[in-house]
Amino acid sequence: MEKIYTRTKTIQEDKVSGFCPGCMHSTVIKLIGEALEEMNLVEKAACVLGIGCCGLHMDYIAYDNTTAPHGRACAVATGMKRSNPDTLVFTYQGDGDFASIGLGESISAANRGENITVIFINNGIYGMTGGQMAPTTLIGMKASTAPKGRIAGEHGYPMHMCEILNQLTAPAYLVRTSCNTPANVNKTKAAIKKAFQNQLDGKGFSMVEIVTSCPTNWGLDPLASLDFIEQKMLPEFPLGVIRDR
Amino acid sequence: MARVFMKGCEAIAEAAVRAGCRFFAGYPITPQNEIPEYFSRRMPEVGGVFVQGESEVASVNMVYGAASAGTRSMTSSSSPGIALKSEGISYCASARIPMVYANISRGGPGVGSIQPAQMDYFQATRASGNGGFQMMVLAPSTVQEAVDLTYAAFDYADRDRNPVLLLADGVIGTMMEPVVLPEMKSDAEIAAIKASKQPWACTGHKLDCAHRAWIQPGQWSTAVQQEKNEEAAALYLSWEKDVQAEEYLVEDAEVVIAAYGISARIGKSAVNQLRAQGVRAGLIRPITVHPFPYAAFDHIDYSRCKAVLDVEMSIPAQFVDDVAAAVKDRCPIRTCLCSGGNIMSREAVLAAVKSIMEG
Repeated sequence: MEKIYTRTKTIQEDKVSGFCPGCMHSTVIKLIGEALEEMNLVEKAACVLGIGCCGLHMDYIAYDNTTAPHGRACAVATGMKRSNPDTLVFTYQGDGDFASIGLGESISAANRGENITVIFINNGIYGMTGGQMAPTTLIGMKASTAPKGRIAGEHGYPMHMCEILNQLTAPAYLVRTSCNTPANVNKTKAAIKKAFQNQLDGKGFSMVEIVTSCPTNWGLDPLASLDFIEQKMLPEFPLGVIRDR
Repeated sequence: MARVFMKGCEAIAEAAVRAGCRFFAGYPITPQNEIPEYFSRRMPEVGGVFVQGESEVASVNMVYGAASAGTRSMTSSSSPGIALKSEGISYCASARIPMVYANISRGGPGVGSIQPAQMDYFQATRASGNGGFQMMVLAPSTVQEAVDLTYAAFDYADRDRNPVLLLADGVIGTMMEPVVLPEMKSDAEIAAIKASKQPWACTGHKLDCAHRAWIQPGQWSTAVQQEKNEEAAALYLSWEKDVQAEEYLVEDAEVVIAAYGISARIGKSAVNQLRAQGVRAGLIRPITVHPFPYAAFDHIDYSRCKAVLDVEMSIPAQFVDDVAAAVKDRCPIRTCLCSGGNIMSREAVLAAVKSIMEG
C-alpha cells in the first residue's frame, strides 16, 4: 500500500512535544517541518525561537535553532541572516514576544526589509506564564492580569500586526491564516512555503501571522477553542493576504 | 610597521577589523559614536556587515545572532547603553557565544554625564547581566593598548566561547595618539576561523539531531543547567593564567599607586614626577581587571610601604574593593577620587602621595 502521510523527519522520533492537548503549536511546527522538507531546505535552516511556549519544541526539532531573549528574535535573526545570507533564517514567536516586548525589534526589522521569515503565533494570550493579557487579547476576554476582561479604556485595543506592518514600505509579504479547519491548515502551510520562497528569492521581510488557540489558558476544551477562533478571534483578526509584492 | 595617528574609538574599530571582525551592530551614544561611524565606512571595504540597530538592546542581539552563526562580531556603547546590553551579554555568556564589546565609559549613574569616568567597574567585573556569569575584562590605558587588547579580545572570546569586554573610558576613546596597527588577518584566515565554529554554529546542518546546532541560553533540565554552570565556573578559574598587570617601580616603593585605565596613566606620570623629586613612588596597573592581578600586590615591600593609594574616577570608589582584597591589610589604603565626568588630575595624585609621605 502506498504511504501517503508520514511524520516529518524534522521532528525527532523519540521526543514528545510538551504542548497541551489541542494546542496548535504542534500543528504549525509540523507544517514548518513539512515545508522545509518539501522545499529541500532542512540543511539550510536556522530557527530563532521566541520565549514562552514557542521554545517548547527546541528539544524535539532536528534542525538548527537558537533562543532569543524575549522579544528580540527579529534582531537575532537580522544578525544571523546578514552574516550568513545562505542560511534560511526564520523566527518563531508568540504574540507577547512579537507584538509586545519585541514590538520595536519586530517593526524595525520589517522596516529594514530584513530578508527573514517570521512565523507569528497569535492566540491572544500569554501561554507559558499562565494566561496573562497579550497585546492581541480580545476586548472582554479574561486574562490572569485582566480578571474583569480586557477593557479598552484601560488596556487599549487588540493589536493587528499585519495591518500595522502594512503601513511600512519594505515588507514583501504579510498574511494572516489560521489552523482551525483542515482547509486553513493547508492555507497556512502554503503561506509558510511562500514566505520561505520569498527569502530564497531575496524579496525581504515576510510574516505569516497564524491565529491559533490556547485551550488551557482560554479555559475551553480543544473543540470549543475551535469555535472560539471562528466566532471571536477571526472577526477581530480577519484572514487573508494583506501584502504580497 | 608604520605608525598612524588615530582617535581611540577609530583605532579600536580598525583593530577589530584586522582581527577578523566582520559583523558590527551598534547604536549612537556619546562618547563612542566614532566606533559605529568607523565601522559603517570600513565594513563594506572588507566584505563585513554594519548595522545601526534600533536600540542598544537590538544591537547586542544582532551580535548574538551573527556570532551564533560563527562570525567574529562586536558591539560597543557607553555606560547607560552598556546597561541596556546586559540582557544580550548574559544570553551570549549562557549560550557560550564568543563576542567582543567595548564600553567607552562615561559618568553615571543614570544618564550621568557624557565626559569620561570609571563608574562601571562593579558592573564590568561583577555583574554585567543576570545570572552570575563572568567575562575577561581588559582595561587599556593608551590608544595603543586599546588596539592590542581589542585584537587579542577576539582570540580570547573564541578560545573560551565567551564574551570579552574592553573596558575603556571617554579619554581613551576620544583622544588621538600614534599607534602601530596589528596585522590584517587574511580572508583565508578569517574563513578558517569561521569554519572552525561550523560544528556548533547555527547556519544549517545535516538532518540529524546529533549534528544540528542547538544554541542554548538556558536549559529545561536543572541538572544540565548546574552542569553548564560548573563548566563555566571552571573556565573562569582557568583565567588565572591570563592575568596581565604592569608593575612600575614597585620594589622599593614607599607609596604604591593602584589604578587602571586612564587613571593609571595619570598615576604613572605622577610616579615619574615624584621619583624626580626623590619620592619613592610606584604603580600597579591591572591590564586585566577581571581576572584581577591580586598576586602583583605581593611584590610590594610592606616593611617600607606606608600606604597603597587607590586612584580612580569613581565616587564612591569601586576598584578599591579589589585593591583591598589584594593588599590584605598589610598596609593602609588611601583613595584619590574624582567623579561626575571630571578627569583625574596629576596634581591631586601628587598631593595625595605627599600627604601620605608626611604621615
